[in-house]
Amino acid sequence: MLAVYKREMKAYFSSPIAYIYLAVFCLITGYVFCLGNLMSATTSFSSVFSVVFTVMMVLLPLLTMRLFADEKKQKTDQGLLTAPVSLSGIVCGKFFAALSVFALGMLVYICYAAVLNVLAGSIPFAEFVGNMCGLLLLGGSFISIGIFVSSLTELQIVAAIGTFIINLLLYICDLIASNMQWEPVKAVLNAIGFYSRYTEFTQGILNVTSVLYFLSVIFVFNFLTVRVLERRRWS
Amino acid sequence: MIEVKHLTKNYGSKTAVNDISFTVSDGEILGFLGPNGAGKSTTMNILTGYISATDGQVLINGTDILDEPRKAKKHIGYLPEIPPLYPDMTVEEYLNFVYDLKKCRLPRKAHIEEVCGLVKIKDVSKRLIRHLSKGYRQRVGVAQALVGNPEILILDEPTVGLDPKQILDIRNLIKRLGKKHTVILSSHILSEIQAVCDRIVIINKGVIAADDTAEHLSQVVTEDVNYTVRLDLGAAYTVDAPPENVIKVISSIDGVEKTVFAGSKEDNTGDFEIEVEEGKDIRRELFRRMSDRNWPILELRTNVMSLEDIFLRITMGSEINLKKSGDKKEENTDLKKELFKKVDAAVGTIRSEKQSGADTEDAGSTDSSDGTQEG
Repeated sequence: MLAVYKREMKAYFSSPIAYIYLAVFCLITGYVFCLGNLMSATTSFSSVFSVVFTVMMVLLPLLTMRLFADEKKQKTDQGLLTAPVSLSGIVCGKFFAALSVFALGMLVYICYAAVLNVLAGSIPFAEFVGNMCGLLLLGGSFISIGIFVSSLTELQIVAAIGTFIINLLLYICDLIASNMQWEPVKAVLNAIGFYSRYTEFTQGILNVTSVLYFLSVIFVFNFLTVRVLERRRWS
Repeated sequence: MIEVKHLTKNYGSKTAVNDISFTVSDGEILGFLGPNGAGKSTTMNILTGYISATDGQVLINGTDILDEPRKAKKHIGYLPEIPPLYPDMTVEEYLNFVYDLKKCRLPRKAHIEEVCGLVKIKDVSKRLIRHLSKGYRQRVGVAQALVGNPEILILDEPTVGLDPKQILDIRNLIKRLGKKHTVILSSHILSEIQAVCDRIVIINKGVIAADDTAEHLSQVVTEDVNYTVRLDLGAAYTVDAPPENVIKVISSIDGVEKTVFAGSKEDNTGDFEIEVEEGKDIRRELFRRMSDRNWPILELRTNVMSLEDIFLRITMGSEINLKKSGDKKEENTDLKKELFKKVDAAVGTIRSEKQSGADTEDAGSTDSSDGTQEG
């Protein structure tokens, strides 16, 4: 797992992709931070954390699209799958590499918090930590979905678009649910929708079911990726 | 030690490998020979645990590749048909990655240097794999198989894309490695297999057509003796001695089965192919008769069947099983005759095709894709 992790990290930073991702991430969140916190003189993080949902929906597929699609295309998966490593080790290595790049972007929030702390004297620390946890969970979920889609195709662009569409569906679940009359479907849509669950975090609520929900999404999609790799051997 | 028992692989309704069994003992170099699409790559992919067999069992040093894949894979170094290289890494980075991936316990720096030295890629170790030529990439591929000193090496067409000098180097390397390691080597280039391997398995259409040593294989198929003779027919070539006339004279020799005119390659000469009954030696009598007619023999050649011919014959007629036939020659003669009748006509056309394609092939053409892989 560590070998795969190290390789993926190296690959991210030897190509422009990680830099572009980090730059765009900092640019957008920085803009919102200036507008939402500095200009409006508030220590509430809700705006700067909620805007990031849509940003990640679009940006994270770019981080995950390559992970398995490219292996398949370059036939390098043959090297991985014939090495004495478990499939879950390979998937975890890739997952944590993408998560690390994502977490690196999150560090910029600590800068924002530090700036606010200096300017305002104090910040709602618990709320900030809760928000960070929420963001990490959301990022992990998007990444595991992205890796899963990437394992299904050989083309990076297909993986990126596919991931984006799934992310979008999870985003608009809540919108559809609010217009839905039929109760059972409404309940299901509400349960699987990402956005309302995530906004809870930005409002300073730490809901254990949401935490568990995101953790299960991460687990399920990584598990499905392992199954996809396994299945390929038998086809 | 590799034991393969009744291996079968179906891709949908297509059977790529059908009930293959063989054993490779320690320190043996086994050549895996077959035309493209015969199932070589599929078999190797199954041996290394990349794909699973539909039926059958593979034991690597006594460990089932399905039950304990990680333990079994530890013993194997595998070079797939397309080397699994990451173009965005340097050779050094890549080999370090493979070292980590295989969880090696050898002294890292010394070991990687040793491997680079073996395949002669030290001078490119700092370069990106993306920028390497095909020959270098292939050698990096061999290097990654060697990382960790696995006891078993499985090399799928290791010399594809190399120049003749490099091919020799890699062959010598494989020979050297074969002293300590168990090696399975696949190729569709026969001379390569002949040069390197102790034992040859010929696979065709997913079944084993032959499994024997190179010498044994030659013996099995070459009992008929064939001569080619070039005669100086003199100035009167066309008038005095048209080929029919010469054929009549040669055919009258006791023991000659068939004589065929094979064209005229020098002025006033004619080449004739003579098939002789088993156990007869016609050379002296041929000399006397030709001498009587004043047709000097310029050249007399015994046509020994090369592995190439054997390969063609066997793969053309693999429905007749020649397996392990070296031990039972008596039984074999009928089979052989039947086989030859069936394939001889076809061999001619294929040979001429092969001849024209041989140059490009030896130079390492890339059209070695194994049809079964895509299936």
